[in-house]
This record gives sequence, C-alpha cells and structure tokens, in this order.
Amino acid sequence: MMNRILFALMLIAGLTAPFYAYPVFVMDLLCFALFACAFNLLLGYVGLLSFGHAAFFGGGAYIAGYAIKAWGFPPLVGILTGTGFALILGIGFGYLAIRRQGIYFAMVTLALAQIIYFMALQLPFTGGENGLQGVPRGMLFGFIDLNSSLAMYYFVFTIFLVGFGIIYRTIHSPFGEVLQAIRENEDRALSLGYDVNRFKLFAFVISATLAGLAGATKAVVFQFASLTSAHWQTSGEVILMTLVGGLGTVFGPVLGALTVGALSHELSSYGSWVQVILGTIFVICVMVFRRGIIGELERQFQKRR
Amino acid sequence: MSMTVVLSQALLGLNVGVFYAMLSLGLAVIFGLLNIINFAHGAMYMLGAFIALIGYSFIERWFGISMEIGFWPSLILAPLLVGALGILIERTMLQRLYKLDHIYGLLLTFGITLILQGLFANYFNVSGTPYPGQPESLSGVVNLGFMYFPTYRLFAIVFSLVVCFATWYFIEHTKLGSRLRAGVENPELTQAFGLNVPLMITLTFGFGCGLAGLAGVLAAPIYSVSPLMGADLIIVVFAVVVIGGMGSIMGAILSGLALGLVEGLTKVIYPPAASTVIFFLMVLVLLFRPAGLFGKEK
Repeated sequence: MMNRILFALMLIAGLTAPFYAYPVFVMDLLCFALFACAFNLLLGYVGLLSFGHAAFFGGGAYIAGYAIKAWGFPPLVGILTGTGFALILGIGFGYLAIRRQGIYFAMVTLALAQIIYFMALQLPFTGGENGLQGVPRGMLFGFIDLNSSLAMYYFVFTIFLVGFGIIYRTIHSPFGEVLQAIRENEDRALSLGYDVNRFKLFAFVISATLAGLAGATKAVVFQFASLTSAHWQTSGEVILMTLVGGLGTVFGPVLGALTVGALSHELSSYGSWVQVILGTIFVICVMVFRRGIIGELERQFQKRR
Repeated sequence: MSMTVVLSQALLGLNVGVFYAMLSLGLAVIFGLLNIINFAHGAMYMLGAFIALIGYSFIERWFGISMEIGFWPSLILAPLLVGALGILIERTMLQRLYKLDHIYGLLLTFGITLILQGLFANYFNVSGTPYPGQPESLSGVVNLGFMYFPTYRLFAIVFSLVVCFATWYFIEHTKLGSRLRAGVENPELTQAFGLNVPLMITLTFGFGCGLAGLAGVLAAPIYSVSPLMGADLIIVVFAVVVIGGMGSIMGAILSGLALGLVEGLTKVIYPPAASTVIFFLMVLVLLFRPAGLFGKEK
C-alpha cells in the first residue's frame, strides 16, 4: 500500500520535475538515485557492504563516454557499452570479494575499486585529472536530439524507471527472498541447500551493472566522465544516501539521493564544510537514525494499523 | 639499472613499509578486541602529522603565544592527543555499536574521517604543507657503505621498527599482554575472571589510534602534511591487512614491511604500477589463499 502511494508520488514528481526544477540538476539526482538503489540491493537485501561501488559508477561513465566520443557510438549503445563494462567488472570483483566475509568484504571492494581509480587517473585515454571531456549527447534512435534538455530529461527518467523496475522485480522475486534469507542467516540458508556464494555473486553483478548504468547515463548528461565519480568518496556518498533514506527499503535510496544531493548542492559554496556536514550526518545516522527516513515512516505506518 | 638504485629504492620502500606496518599493526590490535575496522585510522595518522606541524609553525601565528613545540616533544605529545581522541570516540560512540552488525563501526569511523578531513581541508592546503621542524641532529645523510641515505629516514625506519616489535613483545610476552589476548579469545570468560574488559577495549582503541598518530609525526618531515595524506594511505593499508590477515600481530608487521618493500622495488622496475601493485597482490592472495597469508578467518 505504502509502496504504491510512494511509487505514484515518485512518478508524478519525476514526470513534472523539469517544469519547476533545473533539468540537469534533477538528472544528476536521478543518476545518483539509481546508483543508490543498485547499492541498496546489495547492502539492504543481501547484507554485503561494498565500499567500492564508485568503480562501477565511474568505470561505466568512462567507458560510455569513450565509446560515444571516440568510436561514435549512438548514446543508447554507448550507455549500454558502459553498462556492459560494469557487468564484466562486477563479475570479476564479485568473484574475488565474496571469498571474504563481513568487514573484509568491505575492505576488499574498496581496494579493488582503487585499481580502477588509478587506471582512470593514469591510462592515456582518460584525460587524467581533468576527466574525459567533450562527450557529445547525440541523437537517440537517430531522430531525438538529446541536446534538448527536455528530451534528455525524459530519456534519463526512463532509464531510471527501467533500472528501478529491475531492482524492484529482483527484490520481490523468489531469488530476492533467498537473498534476504542470506542476509538474515547465511549458515541457515546454506544448510537449506542454497548455493550462497552463487546468489551473492548474482546479486553483486546486478548491483554493479545498474551502478554502471547510472554512471554511464551521468556521463552522457554532463558530457564528461569525471575522476570524482571513480573516487572512494563517491562510494562513501552512495552509502550515506542509502543510509539516510533507509537501508533495505525500496524507496529509501531514492529519497536519500534526493536529500543528500540537494544538500550538497545547497552547501556547495561552503567548500570543505560540506564534507564536515556530510560526515556529521553519517555519524548521526549510524548512532541514532539507522532505519533512515523511509524506515522510520514504515514503522510509524505499521504502528498505526 | 645499477645495484645502488635498486638498494636505495628498497630502503625507501622499507621506509614506506614501516608506516604500513605501524598502521596495520594498530588496525589488527583494534580488530582483535573490538571486531571493527577503524576507517578513521588514516585520519588519526593525518592528525598526528598536523599536531606536529601546528605545534611547530602555527602556535604563534594562531594564538599569538611565542612558543614552538619541536619534533621530539611532538613525538610524545601527538600520540597522546590522538590516543585521547580515540578514547573519546570509543567511549561516546563506538561503545554503543558493539551489539550491532560490525559494518556500523566501519561506517561511523568513515563519517569521523570525513569530518576530520573536511575540518583540516578548510585551513590547510590539500596539496600539502612542508614540516620544517626536522631536528638538526637528524639532518644530512649517512654513509651506509654502498650508498648515502638521509639520516632522518634511517631514524624513522629504526624507530618505527622498535615501536612495532616492542608492541609485539608486549602483547605476546608480558602478563598484561596475555590478559589482552585472553580478552580477544573470549571476552565473557575474561570478564568473569574479574578483568575489566570494557576498559581494556577503550585503552586498546586509544593505543591503536596513538600508534597511527605516532606514524603521522614520523611521516611529517618526509612527506608534506596534507588533509588527504591519511585517506590515500589507509586504503593501501586495508589491502595490506587483507593480504596479511589480521589473525597475528607479527603477521601484520611483516606484511606491512614486505609490501612497502615490494612497492619501492616496483618503482624501479615499472613506475606506473607502483600505486596499484599492492592491490594486484591482494587479488592474487584472494585467488590462492583467501584467508590471507597469516590469517585465520574470524
């Protein structure tokens, strides 16, 4: 019930947003919202804390940007190329990371992501610290000019909805039920005959792929892939978004991305104080607000009934 | 490439290695008792370096008091201050999270890292400020027979090694250390024997942070002091810890030293890979010895 109301709200807000908000800003938020949803699939529903999701987000952005710029790929094909890269990377990282558990998992993913960061810094085609610039938006399907910000916006919103839909279906499928069983009690799931590692790897790859989709889309929106998107601080930011919105809730990451994104935007003139404030929110969330916004709302909602 | 170049890079690598060793040692000690990974360890290292820098060059500029705290007093003062901050963090925040999933400890310390890093980035240049307080007695170079090596760096290597092995000796071979190990093995039982485990945990966390602060002071004259110096380092140290496994104190020290050496040598053989070689080694270890070289999975 609550999910339906929230979905309707999200749909209305998303469809009307470009008429009262700056489209590029909303597109940025949508990319981060999709990124956070993808991350939440892993932490919220399987209990795996990946501290390296920026690798997929940034990696997807760089590859999509390069494919469009250097090989002249049309925008959608370019985005899919970036997404495909994130998928392959997800298989590799996932395969390695699930060999260790708990806190080690977080450290392994963080260290692996650092390889991608250094590649983005050092490889000849990436533009080093300036990032990969000058990615053309191009024509969608050959006839929709994405340089129109309205066309671009609805294209991004569609991508977001598709990604969101995939995550929603994954969570509410028998596969998703098994994932949650693993989160609750891994040994029990194992003893019930589930190949736990295979499920974890699958979830990791889905999450990585969609994070890559978000990053690739962002590269087309902003017409460049930035080094920041591959930095560990981006991995931290997506964790914060998910935490603020509500871990393991369907809409939490979306709301969290909006909140954190809007906040960083509002505070952007304060320089490094943004970091201090985000850090403080992090601490507050961990100490006293672990359910997040949607989590708290759901609890209130359930109490009422 | 001459032998001297290789040897000097190996020594420089060892210089980095002692910092890895000190940090991974602190992480391992904390992990053993608290079961959490202290993300703020890098920030503690940075803080140590900044305390030395502020004590030397900024007291007069900021507070108008004509005073400077030199390198030697900083070497004692900074670890104490950083350790005290660690104790404060443990008492007021971390302590409330022990009953939850251990990832919350990591997330909390990540938040603290952002706060500390952001605070210093407001007042200091992110590209670094040089620390001018290197003591006169340690300036210049020493002749090692096969090459000349900066005296200060040699001092940093020897001093850090002494601290690392003293810590190891304390934990493995003294009565107090055996109580600590009992606390690691079984906290409830240890408490039942009348030992104050919560106090042990607090002091251990403070000690681990203090070690990081000490490493920071030692690093200040070598690298310029920057708000980001800890963050870049801590991720490498995480990889070191994954490679070594956190089951053993000696394992943490040795893997830190060895990996610093490997990194130094990579700088000679293939410089572009120097920043990632440790991560690639981590991949190999995960493939062939997932629990880590000295590890026992917890």
